[in-house]
Amino acid sequence: MSAPNKSYDPVEVEALKPEEVERARDEALAAFATAGTLEELKQAKVAHTGDRSALSLANREIGALPPQAKAAAGKLIGQARGAVNQALAKRQVELEAERDARVLVEEAVDVTLPYDRTPRGARHPLTTLAERIEDTFVAMGYEVASGPEVEAEWLNFDALNLHEDHPARSMQDTFFVQAPDGSADSGVVLRTQTSPVQIRTMLDREPPLYAVSPGRVYRTDELDATHTPVFRQVEAIAVDEGITFADLKGTIELLVEKLIGGGLELRWRPSYFPFTEPSAEIDLQCFVCRGESVGNPDRPCRTCSSEGWIELGGCGVVNPRVLVACGVDPQVYSGFAFGLGLERILMNRHNVADMRDMVEGDVRFTLPFGMEI
Amino acid sequence: MRVPLSWLREYVDLPAGESGRDVAARLVRAGLEVETVEQLGADLKGPLVVGQVLSIEELAGFKKPIRHCFVNVGDANGTGEPQEIVCGATNFAVGDKVVVVLPGAVLPGPFPIAARQTYGHTSAGMICSARELGMGDDHNGIIVLPPEYEPGTDAIELLQLVDEVLDIAVTPDRGYCLSMRGVAREAAAAYGLPLADPALLDVPPANSYGYLVKVADPVGCDRFVARTVTGVDPAAQSPLWLQRRLQKSGIRPISLTVDITNYVMLEVGQPLHAYDRSRVDGPIQVRRAAEGETLTTLDGVKRKLSAEDLLICDNSGPIGLAGVMGGASTEIVDPVTDPETGVTTGSTEIIIEAAHFEPVTIARAAKRHKLPSEASKRFERGVDPEAARAAAQRAVDLLVLIAGGTAEAGVTDIAAPHPVRTIAIHADLPDRVAGTEYGRETVTRRLQEIGATVAGADILEVTPPSWRPDLTDPYDLAEEVIRLEGYDNVPARMPMVPPGRGLTEAQRFHRRTGVVLAGAGFVEVNNYPFIGEAALDALGLDAGDARRRTVKLVNPLSDEEPSLRTSLLPGLLGALRRNIGRGNTDLAIFEMGTVFLPKAELSVAPRLPVDRRPSAEQLAELDAALPHQPRRVAVALAGERLPSGWWGKGAGASWADAVEAARTVARAAGVELTVRQAQYAPWHPGRCAELSVAGTVVGHAGELHPRVIKALHLPERTCAMEVDLDLLGADLSGRVSGPPVSGYPVATQDVALIVDAAVPAAEVETALRDGAGELLESLRLFDVFTGEQAGEGKKSLAYTLRFRATDRTLTADEATAARESAVAVAASRTGAVLRGA
Repeated sequence: MSAPNKSYDPVEVEALKPEEVERARDEALAAFATAGTLEELKQAKVAHTGDRSALSLANREIGALPPQAKAAAGKLIGQARGAVNQALAKRQVELEAERDARVLVEEAVDVTLPYDRTPRGARHPLTTLAERIEDTFVAMGYEVASGPEVEAEWLNFDALNLHEDHPARSMQDTFFVQAPDGSADSGVVLRTQTSPVQIRTMLDREPPLYAVSPGRVYRTDELDATHTPVFRQVEAIAVDEGITFADLKGTIELLVEKLIGGGLELRWRPSYFPFTEPSAEIDLQCFVCRGESVGNPDRPCRTCSSEGWIELGGCGVVNPRVLVACGVDPQVYSGFAFGLGLERILMNRHNVADMRDMVEGDVRFTLPFGMEI
Repeated sequence: MRVPLSWLREYVDLPAGESGRDVAARLVRAGLEVETVEQLGADLKGPLVVGQVLSIEELAGFKKPIRHCFVNVGDANGTGEPQEIVCGATNFAVGDKVVVVLPGAVLPGPFPIAARQTYGHTSAGMICSARELGMGDDHNGIIVLPPEYEPGTDAIELLQLVDEVLDIAVTPDRGYCLSMRGVAREAAAAYGLPLADPALLDVPPANSYGYLVKVADPVGCDRFVARTVTGVDPAAQSPLWLQRRLQKSGIRPISLTVDITNYVMLEVGQPLHAYDRSRVDGPIQVRRAAEGETLTTLDGVKRKLSAEDLLICDNSGPIGLAGVMGGASTEIVDPVTDPETGVTTGSTEIIIEAAHFEPVTIARAAKRHKLPSEASKRFERGVDPEAARAAAQRAVDLLVLIAGGTAEAGVTDIAAPHPVRTIAIHADLPDRVAGTEYGRETVTRRLQEIGATVAGADILEVTPPSWRPDLTDPYDLAEEVIRLEGYDNVPARMPMVPPGRGLTEAQRFHRRTGVVLAGAGFVEVNNYPFIGEAALDALGLDAGDARRRTVKLVNPLSDEEPSLRTSLLPGLLGALRRNIGRGNTDLAIFEMGTVFLPKAELSVAPRLPVDRRPSAEQLAELDAALPHQPRRVAVALAGERLPSGWWGKGAGASWADAVEAARTVARAAGVELTVRQAQYAPWHPGRCAELSVAGTVVGHAGELHPRVIKALHLPERTCAMEVDLDLLGADLSGRVSGPPVSGYPVATQDVALIVDAAVPAAEVETALRDGAGELLESLRLFDVFTGEQAGEGKKSLAYTLRFRATDRTLTADEATAARESAVAVAASRTGAVLRGA
């Protein structure tokens, strides 16, 4: 608060001399310019723009001037104050910038310090690979189906046209579940393939059926670099009117393109599965050597063992007998089915040399795969 | 089936330059799985010649017998002079013809041959054994050739050492390809060339004076051809070409008669059996075994027979297990040469059996007696019954030609009547199956190529050939057409799939579970589900614990682990330990998978018919025999959960992390877990949380029992959680309602309550929430302590309560009233007292 102006005498008042106004202005500008810190500037600000400063006092006295002198004095003092305030603001910005530059430099840290404070997790690549395949099919309109791993023999074999004495039944090395009496005649096995899910799907609903079913399957193999007794398949089935081998080829070609990439040749080898007819094994041109390692000892290919082809899986047109066992009329409907081994795809798609790495659960193997592949 | 290319060319005139790999590629496209193409003699280099031993000097004074020989190799050594060779074998005599490799040659290995000093003499080459030449495993001394070859003759050509062998894995439907005849037929079709069928032979018609055979079981044996040959020279040996073909096909030459039966089997696909007629007592009978009968098979094993076994018998009883293996008592006698007289004795009168047996009978017998033989392998897959006569004739011809025998005129041929199988097929069925157009002409031509006769127009009447018992319905025929036309030539198109439903809520939940756990720093593992008693003992389960009731396997991989898991923990903790053993110390891992819980009522899954859809009751019976297979998730933690670092100290994994993992999964299911103190193996009795949702226990979490940790060699304070995803995700239909977000200010009040140390914090919290009423926005426990200030046997729980109304600014009085109401409920339910009150 400023004190009352005791010397105020309206009668005696006369206008400030212009040279005094100029001097007050110049003193203010000089004080701001020489202020080296924000604190000094603050003091200069009080001294030269505060209520008791010469210019403030002069400003206040304008009101007491005779009317004819008011305009000229107002102009003179207003200009001076404007210049002073401008200089103050400018110096304020300059000094703040100087301060910021100094302090923030002092606050600098080493941002390259590692901060692995949050533990990293990952999903198993076989899980995410299965999901990627599921998604490809779901995008085509398929549904994802599943079934039990301990399965009735009828569903795992008989309904798939593998009757008890079928030679193919002994080809698959099956784990048998003990019957209540301890014998092997439980009629229950660890499923050797995901194909029983086909049967369950067909028993469950009327065609049209389009389903993909990933899952664990079991065979009595010993674990080594290329075999595991517990492995994963993805099976797909389509049952509709007019489904043909051509539909099967188109579907698999699309899947391979989405999963592995385009421009690779597929080889369709006639084969035999009791549940499909015709049946085929699908080989994919080796995407590493593109077949150039075949018969070429100078350029061996580890991915395809220099055979030029990588086995993808088996497929075919659903055997009408399978449809009959599920109550689907083969005169009206036909279907295709195929099954792929996920471990092998993972080995090829991601250069995994040893299947044991997928089994043993070493976190160092799984971590790089992250959340999706 | 091993197929020497040189032999295959005898039946199909393949282009001269065609390599084994070329032929393999064609056969692969026709559906034969050619596993390898073996290059015989690829690194072999001559000179390798016939030599005649001129002199033998036995060198004494060495650890083993050593012979210093001179061998006439004709002009092969460039000088015509006898070749000086030191040899370690002793199975040859002066005058014998042998195989000599000369310096400069390279034997398979590769082993370069050079002249060298050994045992005090020069050895300029080597007298070779079969193994050294890559002809087989026989290393019983060196090869002694039949006498007719001239010294100096090229032995590479003579012994057919350079060849290519296709190894074909024959699928069960293609029994006919277990023969040169069958593979040649496929090769002929693949190249569009004519086939010289080795089964097209002149065979005299059956007559009544052949060897007497009685077939008592015409179902098990629908064809029995018997021929007899007398005057066989026991000294006669298999000629080189025959031995070589057997060797290349993977069969060891034994004696002429046996070699001939094996050779004909490879050639025509018909397994033959040769009996020494002098050892057969009376007529041959084919019948099923009587319970308790025994037979000593020619591998010397005395076998107890089952009533299902089909037998070949004579008056003495069983003399052969039909289609599987002959008996020892009537087998061909190995020729023996008397060293004194030089006279060779052995079987001279031979009965050749070429029969056809029912596949299932043979398959079961081979399985029952664990006796898979070359014969049973073929009978199981189906042998051409019409080839039996030709096969027997071929064997007779070879015995006459090579062994100097005389074919007897009697021809026994007992054949059960066979209805002619014809299959009616719409000419456009292959088109409809493949999704392309072949046309009737192509279909007819392809079916004729496989040996079928075809009549008719729009509907074709097809009679499949006798060697294709696998062709039984129109689709089988369609497949033949499509495969011969080439799968590569079928166009690719996409089916019109109707709109799908996407993933189910459960499937999305399962994915979410993996994602949130991985996001929380857990690494997924997949373990085998096999466990044993030891794993259950290590978990410290009581004798009566339900998890000890397991599904057991008949044929487990390991006898120590015959059961399927009833908990994910054994496998998961095993993976934890494996990681620790490899130096990974700070671990948080998880597994999702099924466990296998036997039903209360055990039953057997019925074998249902396959000619129609089973009834709902039958399907229910199937499912009733399966165990419950709920899906679970489990985690295990050890070491530091939050690592120490430059930022400060970390935190070890604790029971709380295990419980939090369960809460994380529950949130993914959109449900709230109720946590209760519990005692449940394998957890620490004071640090085990029972987890439930709406009154249903869904799992447990906490720190493992120190005994379990010790038994499993895990780090101290290892923690784990296991919950049932099916129960957690039982109702995923709920939708979150968007909460009103109030813009009015919050009123925060803290309370510190003293309760008995045994009172669970969860109960206090529930009471506070219930008492605080609707104004409570959130509640957070920010401090827990015990000790003097709390009082003996007490603990202090300090909470921050945040109150807010949706329609007004709360007054201090309102907030205080709500807090006091919360404290009052906590006091009445849990005995809580305000600290300082």
